[in-house]
Amino acid sequence: MSGGVDSAVAAARAVEAGHEVVGVHLALSRMPGTLRTGSRGCCTIEDSMDAQRAATVIGIPYYVWDFSERFKLDVVDDFISEYSAGRTPNPCMRCNEKIKFAALLEKALALGFDAVCTGHYATIVEDADGRPELHRASAWAKDQSYVLGVLTEEQLRHTLFPLGDTPSKDLVRAEAAERGLSVAAKPDSYDICFIPDGDTRGWLADRVGAEPGEIVDRSGAVVGSHDGAHAYTVGQRRGLNLGVPAPDGRPRFVLEVKPRTNQLVVGPKAALAVAEIAGTRMSWAGPERSEGETFDCEVQIRAHADPVPATAVLMRGTEGTEWIVRPATPLDGVAPGQTAVVYDGTRVVGQFTIARTVSAVPVDA
Amino acid sequence: MSVYIDHAATTPLRPEARDAALAEWELTGNPASIHAAGQAARTRLESARERLAAVLGCDPIEVVLTSGGTESINAALKGFFWQRNAVSAAPVVVVPEGEHHATLDTVDWLAQRAGARPVLVPLARDGAVPVDAVARALGAEPGRVAWVSVIWVNNEVGTVSDIDAIARLCAQRGVPLHVDAVAAGGLALDFAERRRRTGSRDGAGLVAVSVSAHKVGGPVGVGALVLSRDVAPEALLHGGGQQRRLRSGTQDVAAAAAFAAAAEAAARDAASESARLRSLRDRLIAGARRLVPGVRVNGAVGEGHDATASDAIAHLSFPGCEADSLLFLLDMAGVQVSTGSACQAGVPEPSHVLRAMGRSESETRGALRLSLGWTSSEADVDAFLAALPEAHARAVAAGLSDRVVAGRGPAPGWVTDDAGAEGT
Repeated sequence: MSGGVDSAVAAARAVEAGHEVVGVHLALSRMPGTLRTGSRGCCTIEDSMDAQRAATVIGIPYYVWDFSERFKLDVVDDFISEYSAGRTPNPCMRCNEKIKFAALLEKALALGFDAVCTGHYATIVEDADGRPELHRASAWAKDQSYVLGVLTEEQLRHTLFPLGDTPSKDLVRAEAAERGLSVAAKPDSYDICFIPDGDTRGWLADRVGAEPGEIVDRSGAVVGSHDGAHAYTVGQRRGLNLGVPAPDGRPRFVLEVKPRTNQLVVGPKAALAVAEIAGTRMSWAGPERSEGETFDCEVQIRAHADPVPATAVLMRGTEGTEWIVRPATPLDGVAPGQTAVVYDGTRVVGQFTIARTVSAVPVDA
Repeated sequence: MSVYIDHAATTPLRPEARDAALAEWELTGNPASIHAAGQAARTRLESARERLAAVLGCDPIEVVLTSGGTESINAALKGFFWQRNAVSAAPVVVVPEGEHHATLDTVDWLAQRAGARPVLVPLARDGAVPVDAVARALGAEPGRVAWVSVIWVNNEVGTVSDIDAIARLCAQRGVPLHVDAVAAGGLALDFAERRRRTGSRDGAGLVAVSVSAHKVGGPVGVGALVLSRDVAPEALLHGGGQQRRLRSGTQDVAAAAAFAAAAEAAARDAASESARLRSLRDRLIAGARRLVPGVRVNGAVGEGHDATASDAIAHLSFPGCEADSLLFLLDMAGVQVSTGSACQAGVPEPSHVLRAMGRSESETRGALRLSLGWTSSEADVDAFLAALPEAHARAVAAGLSDRVVAGRGPAPGWVTDDAGAEGT
């Protein structure tokens, strides 16, 4: 229970479904702030008090479990090192993968619980053989199946998402108000919880350091300089301050961040288009596909991106089995480190971390 | 079934205290008013103060009523520091590392905002405040020490420190001593007699003692600072000038009456309760040792310790598990215990007291405090022992988290007396 409205209503519904429920708030920071600021949805003393109050209104015991050290190692430090390596990680996804449905679930099972129940918007249904399938939520606008794409079948067996079939968040808020939960009108959270003021670049600059470096075009020619490569993401146009104009005079965009040489590669907007993505770090939300089998799917590469029809194939590569996904229309602004979640209709098939991309436009175009 | 073994956190209200408060709440009157109702309230307030003074062994004028232990400690430590440093620079304050956070965080504030230089004294292995380490700290900068503050009975591990020896030292060096007696409910303070036998006088030696009502069966929200008549610390609260101008604010007659009733009942039963609680405590410890091989008893309980131990506290380190798992599982089984301290968000914290006693990280991880009180019974102890084996087995299965226990190190600029860790 984060202290937000979703987990509070999820807990109440779990109680009504007949489960024996204990509210658990995760302490993810050793030095939590006192009051909620901006749009962070957890992690302050005020949030833990909101969660506790919700638990007492629902009538369930409530505890705070400390995962701050795990969170620092597996989520915060990982976020910093991924950025340092020129990749763009999703910390909420990492938290689901390493904390909520791993460390928390493992501890809960050992202590005698059967499942972790959260306020995520996604649906778990059983197939004909009783195996769990992860699907998108009914509330399409709130759907969180993307950030849950890291869950495996075994984790799904021990997971409940009571909000998955609610058509809208407004209904959840109305239900919270009806239940007398004071968090009914609490603002949504959308910032990264461990970056208090929402200034991700400033926060990263404090931790990664900012080394000036070169901006080059796709031929390798130096066209400008930057104050620190981590401040840029693939697809970015603003703040490049290029000294040498493009031959055609059109705006240029960040195509690649190269941490080893501390370089940014820039080029025309058309060069952002990606025709193929691939990666070997993967998980399956259900049955695994076999190598060599080509199948139609949809691929989503960001939490709030639209899914794109694609064909996928698993190939044996030098570093093991590799996902290769070719979208029907090129994808824009794909950065290594992002997670590609593969869907079959509304069902999550699995996910992989994008390790390499193939541009839709040849270098000399 | 619900079994409460956390009396050091708070103990049930005694019927005498409840009756006294209820009777008082029927009446109207501000003790500071001049009319008859005010005078009647004043009479009842001062009667309560006299009864408290009798229990504490001091004069009524030496009982300054406060909102509880935390306020008393803040009033003493800040008040003496401000008063002493208004005369000439005495930035040094001497504090054992295992004090309650009411003391440690006040010291931290004084260091950050008022120029204090804390000298931290590590605890002996059994949790006692080593007298020789206090002597060294006092000797390091003669004339520049604002005060010494020492917890009498450690609220986590229950070790009783030798406050007479420390009072004597302070008296000799001309330094005021504050004693945190919040967890020392079962002990006789004998304030005047203790001052006499330790040579405390003229503002040096034992001058102030913090006590709290709800640890002895009174209500939460009232306590006292016992303050000898030869000192005048700066006030924390300003206003109507009540209570020696040290603690302004309309005085709470009901709280004072309830506190007096609880304190009298606790003092009346002290001798018989001491033996009864010690027997319960020893039964609990023996049972835990029998059921969980490798359990370690922290503090000064048992043979081979210089210090004495509180009769009411058993502080045990359980091997191979996290205390918060154990606490949770026992709670689910209806047995309520504590890890000693929790952070603001409700996470059990690694005990800074055990760390100050030189215990390893693994020993701080599985540490539970079980504390007994006036309503404790053999049935409580047996319920704990019945729930313990399964809770421990499950907590071990849940395992140790990957948490790195960093502890709460001293703030920058703090001086730590490393030489005193083992005591003498």
